Amino acid sequence: MTLDIQTIEPSALHAEMLRLRQEKKMDFLVNLIGMDWGEEGLGVIYMLESTETGETLTIKTATTDRQTPYIDSVSDIWQIANIYEREVYDFYGIRFLNHPDMRRIFLREDWVGYPLRKDDKTAEENPLRMTDEPLSDTTTEYYRDADGTIKEKKNVVWGPDEYVVNVGPQHPSTHGVLHMRASLDGETVKKIGLVLGYIHRGIEKISESLTYPQMLALTDRLDYFSAMQNRHALCMCIEKAIGLEVSPRVQYIRTIMDELQRIASHCIYYACMTMDTGALTAFFYTFREREELCKIFEDNFGGRLIMNYNTIGGVMYDIQPDFAKRVKEFSKHLRARFHEYQDIYTGNVIAEQRMKGVGCISNADAISLGITGPAGRASGWHNDVRKRHPYALYDQLKFREIVREEGDTNARHWNRMDEMLESLNIVDQLIDNIPAGDIQTKRKPIVKLPEGDYYQAVESSRGEFGVFIESKGDKSPYRVHYRSSSLPLANAMDTATRGQKFADLIAIGASMDFVIPDIDR
Amino acid sequence: MFDFTTVSTWFHSLLTGVMPEWLAIGIECLIVLLFIIILYATLAIILIYAERKICAFFQCRIGPNRVGKWGVLQVFADVLKMLTKEIIKMRQSDRLLHDMAPYFVLVASFLTFSCIPWNKGLEILDFNVGAFFFISVSGIGVIGILLAGWASHSKYPMIGAMRSGAQLISYELSIGMTMLVVILLNGSMQLSEIVQQQADYGWNIVRGHVPAVLAFLIYLVAGNAECNRGPFDLPEAESELTAGYHTEYSGMHFGFFYLAEYLNLFICGAMAATIFLGGWAPFYIQGADGFNSVMAAIPGFVWFFAKAFFVVFLLMWIRWTFPRLRIDQLLTLEWKYLMPLSMINIVLMALVVCFGLTIN
Repeated sequence: MTLDIQTIEPSALHAEMLRLRQEKKMDFLVNLIGMDWGEEGLGVIYMLESTETGETLTIKTATTDRQTPYIDSVSDIWQIANIYEREVYDFYGIRFLNHPDMRRIFLREDWVGYPLRKDDKTAEENPLRMTDEPLSDTTTEYYRDADGTIKEKKNVVWGPDEYVVNVGPQHPSTHGVLHMRASLDGETVKKIGLVLGYIHRGIEKISESLTYPQMLALTDRLDYFSAMQNRHALCMCIEKAIGLEVSPRVQYIRTIMDELQRIASHCIYYACMTMDTGALTAFFYTFREREELCKIFEDNFGGRLIMNYNTIGGVMYDIQPDFAKRVKEFSKHLRARFHEYQDIYTGNVIAEQRMKGVGCISNADAISLGITGPAGRASGWHNDVRKRHPYALYDQLKFREIVREEGDTNARHWNRMDEMLESLNIVDQLIDNIPAGDIQTKRKPIVKLPEGDYYQAVESSRGEFGVFIESKGDKSPYRVHYRSSSLPLANAMDTATRGQKFADLIAIGASMDFVIPDIDR
Repeated sequence: MFDFTTVSTWFHSLLTGVMPEWLAIGIECLIVLLFIIILYATLAIILIYAERKICAFFQCRIGPNRVGKWGVLQVFADVLKMLTKEIIKMRQSDRLLHDMAPYFVLVASFLTFSCIPWNKGLEILDFNVGAFFFISVSGIGVIGILLAGWASHSKYPMIGAMRSGAQLISYELSIGMTMLVVILLNGSMQLSEIVQQQADYGWNIVRGHVPAVLAFLIYLVAGNAECNRGPFDLPEAESELTAGYHTEYSGMHFGFFYLAEYLNLFICGAMAATIFLGGWAPFYIQGADGFNSVMAAIPGFVWFFAKAFFVVFLLMWIRWTFPRLRIDQLLTLEWKYLMPLSMINIVLMALVVCFGLTIN
């Protein structure tokens, strides 16, 4: 959709945001995007949504001071803004006033410059460093005192007496190169801090120098277990911007593929969850089923993990003639095997005790922390993008939005389990009726988006995945931002694990099911 | 039933015929030592191979099948690999303690291993407080694990070692109590005597009926915990602590921990077989003489190994089925459930013995 952006002066920002939060109930901060508009200065785009009324609002603010840009922090209004603002600080150097923790989050602390600024000289200022990466235990907070001057003070993040264990970047249960610093009191977790960026590839920055069709290849590498949905989002965003209609056949194929991808992803989730809680046998059960699915993927378009399937205006290849038959077989097969997962794992008293009442996140916290997807729905928040902003064929389908109220690990686990079956239901509704038609709508070889801002969200396997594009009318975007579905999940670890045991940290992490390349982008 | 003492007496008299007694005993000790080491290594190889294959079957996999027929040489290849690996010395660690730790674990494992009666008359360490000795030497292993965690000067091993300390010391109580139940029933702490009684009056698990079955179940749980195996593998807790107390070990030092872990599994199974399932005593049915004579023809050590491996299989089955417990749940299980239960069980067994309610 095309975004209609309101501009607010930085001086009025905080008061206005607070008003929107309280009066218009804008309780979900979808996105907080750092921008470099060159002459106009540096700024931030806020995308807000009300979970009660469904109303959305986009706001921007900018400051012309490029040397020491200051903007008020909104991290006191929405908890998720804390980590988003650190990201903006890291990449654009915008300092957020009253933000308690203005440290870099993705880049090394000794990094020079701000790489997403249009005038940054990254390569010259940052040679390959041969020293260890510094990790500071203190942080700076900027604030405006009574007479309006900006001051800074030091905040201590990790005290000298704290027993801080580094979980990651190399650890069997962080599912990648996530680095969590956990302060322990015996076995009890006191606090978690994230150190990110070990797999940051700067996809958003790279995309600025690529044409739109070239950009497509990178989305599969974000959340590789939602490769289909990610690329679907980007393709839809571009298609809507240039007014390209895709054929019903493509819509059907895309929807089916999205749901199959979701099942494959939840299979991985189950495997990881069981392995992280020590049930090694259960690990293999869903891998067995996922293999069937991967074979279907492989035979239809050659990819098992990185799909490269959606294109602007269609899909890369037509489906194979036996696709429908094999998917139906798989559907039957998975339903028949489904009880085995519960027999070996959830039906077990140990697993139940490890999950029930552990890592609770309240509904208000879930919204404030922006936890979307099955994890957010476990806290009673109806946040399914397929229902909120239907895309593809989802408005014509009958399916349940799976929501639980408890907000604990058990609820998150069962949400995913139920979603596997629900996805099968969706696939079953579609698989017999795939219409004939083109798999690729004709378009001009060079894609140019009209000037403006565009946003398209999809429900990826882990929550809302969004693509934000600002175009100046060129053949490559001026700014691309991906709303990561995993970053809020990883960020919520601190809230969920406080006061829990160290073993629960691992179980909660598994139940959040974040994918690190999606966090780092 | 074949009595092995005839062989050992004959051998002893043979040696004393040609040499002074002290030399004869010295030579015998060396032979026994060799016997233990060879048996220890062989069992480790069998167990590791069995575990790999059994776990593969549970997990819908094939398991090792490349090295040798059905992968039988896999373990040898692994040992070779481990022997050629460098033992890494870390600057920060306490070198002496760090290097000593695996040997503590190994020594504890060897000493407990020597207590087991393999066959009638085939025992290495056998004296009137055998059961007591068994429990006390098995406690040495905790020192090794704590040392390993402490001396590594690293946080994960430290947490692992602390968990291990809490776990092993707690569950040792249950092991001791279940052994007390058996001692009450048999009126002896000598392991060979316990088995002999079972050969004469029937297996303890039948003879002691309710309290004995209860004790056997408690023993299985506690024994599993003593072996640091799933669902009680918290000290290692691969997914939490990477490898727990032996994270910082490499090469053969890690190999020793690994070896001891598997042998402890066998010792746990062997002790269960000895005190509950009749050790080397064959399976008899009263009155069925023909059947009994066939059973008696099977050598005692075959009976013993069959029973021990049966228990080992049970433990492997448990390991590859359940998720891991959390430390507080683990301690709750022991202190709030197993311990009181074993105490009641002792009283129960005392009553059974006192009123002669045993099944003979």
